Amino acid sequence: MTETQTPAEAVETSRPTLLEARDLRVEFSSRGRRARAVDGVNLAIGKGEIVALVGESGCGKTTLARTLLGLERPTAGEVRFDGAALDYRARALKAYRRQVQLVLQDPMGSLNPRHTVYEAVAEGPRIHGLADEREVVSTALSHAGLRPPDRFFLRHPHELSGGQRQRVVIAGALALDPKVLIADEPVASLDASVRGEILALLLRLRAELGLSALVVTHDLGLAWNIADRVAVMYLGRIVESGPVEQVLTAPRHPYTQALLSVLPESPERVVLTGEPPDPTRIPGGCRFHARCQVLASGRAAEAGVDGRCRSEPPAVLPADAVARAACHYAEVTG
Amino acid sequence: MSLLELDDVSVTYRIAAGEVPAVRGVSLTLDSGAALGVAGESGSGKSTLAMALLRLLPGDARVDGRILLGGEDIAAMKWGRLRAVRWAEASIVFQGAQHGLNPVRRIGDQIAEPLLVHGLAKPEGARKRVTELLEQVGLPAWRARSYPHELSGGQRQRVMIAMALACSPRLIIADEPTTALDVMVQAQVLTLIKELVAEHGISLIMISHDLSVLADVCDQLAVMYAGRVVEHGPSAQVFHDPRHPYAKALAAAFPTVGDPASRMAPKGLGGDPPDPMQLPTGCAFHPRCPVALPECASTDVELWPAGPGRVAACVHVRAKEDAS
Repeated sequence: MTETQTPAEAVETSRPTLLEARDLRVEFSSRGRRARAVDGVNLAIGKGEIVALVGESGCGKTTLARTLLGLERPTAGEVRFDGAALDYRARALKAYRRQVQLVLQDPMGSLNPRHTVYEAVAEGPRIHGLADEREVVSTALSHAGLRPPDRFFLRHPHELSGGQRQRVVIAGALALDPKVLIADEPVASLDASVRGEILALLLRLRAELGLSALVVTHDLGLAWNIADRVAVMYLGRIVESGPVEQVLTAPRHPYTQALLSVLPESPERVVLTGEPPDPTRIPGGCRFHARCQVLASGRAAEAGVDGRCRSEPPAVLPADAVARAACHYAEVTG
Repeated sequence: MSLLELDDVSVTYRIAAGEVPAVRGVSLTLDSGAALGVAGESGSGKSTLAMALLRLLPGDARVDGRILLGGEDIAAMKWGRLRAVRWAEASIVFQGAQHGLNPVRRIGDQIAEPLLVHGLAKPEGARKRVTELLEQVGLPAWRARSYPHELSGGQRQRVMIAMALACSPRLIIADEPTTALDVMVQAQVLTLIKELVAEHGISLIMISHDLSVLADVCDQLAVMYAGRVVEHGPSAQVFHDPRHPYAKALAAAFPTVGDPASRMAPKGLGGDPPDPMQLPTGCAFHPRCPVALPECASTDVELWPAGPGRVAACVHVRAKEDAS
């Protein structure tokens, strides 16, 4: 394992872990074959920390998020919250879901068109039998930036703009006073000018309420805008992770390098061919080797690691705040 | 000669509650082989404008002004002529390719359909052309026998592009062609579109809310707000040095990774796009504008010169140009 630790990062590591995936594996059966959607992942989210989980469709990032929420049972490994392994009995799970809340993408699809804003936000508090429902809904709406809250109580989703709808979805999550938000593509369906406002809201919630967040996205600009740390996922594994400044300005894994190189402003492009491969057929050796531009260009052979790329899987990355890459070439060349 | 000329084009939807002005007096020209990007948010009128170009709007929409394609007035075309123009001279790639394909027909048959309908090929020739088209968009020939569900999102979007290319049109209108796609697949599709424009001399109108994507593909950029073009000029200049405050907000919305100014500082714009039935007086952008002056609520803005080959509809721009 390679590591470069500076004093600044040592401070980051001191954030106590709140939510954690340990050696997590989640498998499904898909048309008679096993799909290893999450294939050995360590990931930790500290108190008050915003972590971006980045990857393409089909890389397993949504399955990982659902498993962290307790919506999927891991095949192996465990989800830990506040120092204890997740208890999957109904009552414990219900209590857990107050602490860790999901914010869905596409607010038009996740809000019931016939419910008012008040009913949408009050649903969670009712299920959990919270007292002072009106007060809870008001507070949640104002935290989400819908002020004054009572002006929004009786509105229906179709009367709101896209940004306001996303705020209602966030208010619904905040109503239960959670410790962690898990947001799946929170701005993907929003207009450009609204996007920044919603991201700024996530930063403000962290500052005001000390909320932690895991933001699942394919958008590296979003990670740069709001995340402390980033984890890049490829075919069921985290292939690179660390502080955003380090990983996004000096990426070491060829996959992260390729993802950054196709951003519009980037000078030299590495467009990977083909679609992300199939989680029912994970290649042997390094799972990225068939698409890897470093291996294809012969640089891996020059460094004498091409044999290992094809035959030896890189070790699973640990869940810490140090910048790390699961790559034989990066390990040898530093 | 310009391939496409829009002269003071307006589109108004007539609904039960009254009239909705979706596009208000847009004038643009597109030369052969050029690529024009149209940027704006939902409700800015950019998609309505694209539909108007091929008379694809529903019956409750009224189009004013003139749209000339190759010198020919779109509004004056007879039905048969219009049918020939669609696909063969200009075609559209819509957003959300997932829904644009027939799920129970093979890809190859769907790509061949416009060729057969327009009588441009016999079944045998159409099959050859389909192979050629699939190759052009980077798909193997055997994919012709696949059904849409067997393809990934990026592959389906390539099929849509292959269909748009089938009749060798001179103009392609691409409405958010990469919005639903992953970054890597988006890069593949954008590279493909750029190659097609460069190698086949096809003209392109690309519509998106992502200025960085448009600046990457197009030579010229027009930014729309509330049905009007508020800024227009060479794309690198509009993207890197926007003059209209709304164009500035759009350009800043997608940060450059590595730029310290945007680290932990997402930039947005307060408020929401206006309801087209209740447009603000004066400059339609003034209620959201960070640099609005008192006069903006009453002055009617128009596109003023903003440097060589550039125009912008902002009183600050007029003041600056007057001073110089």
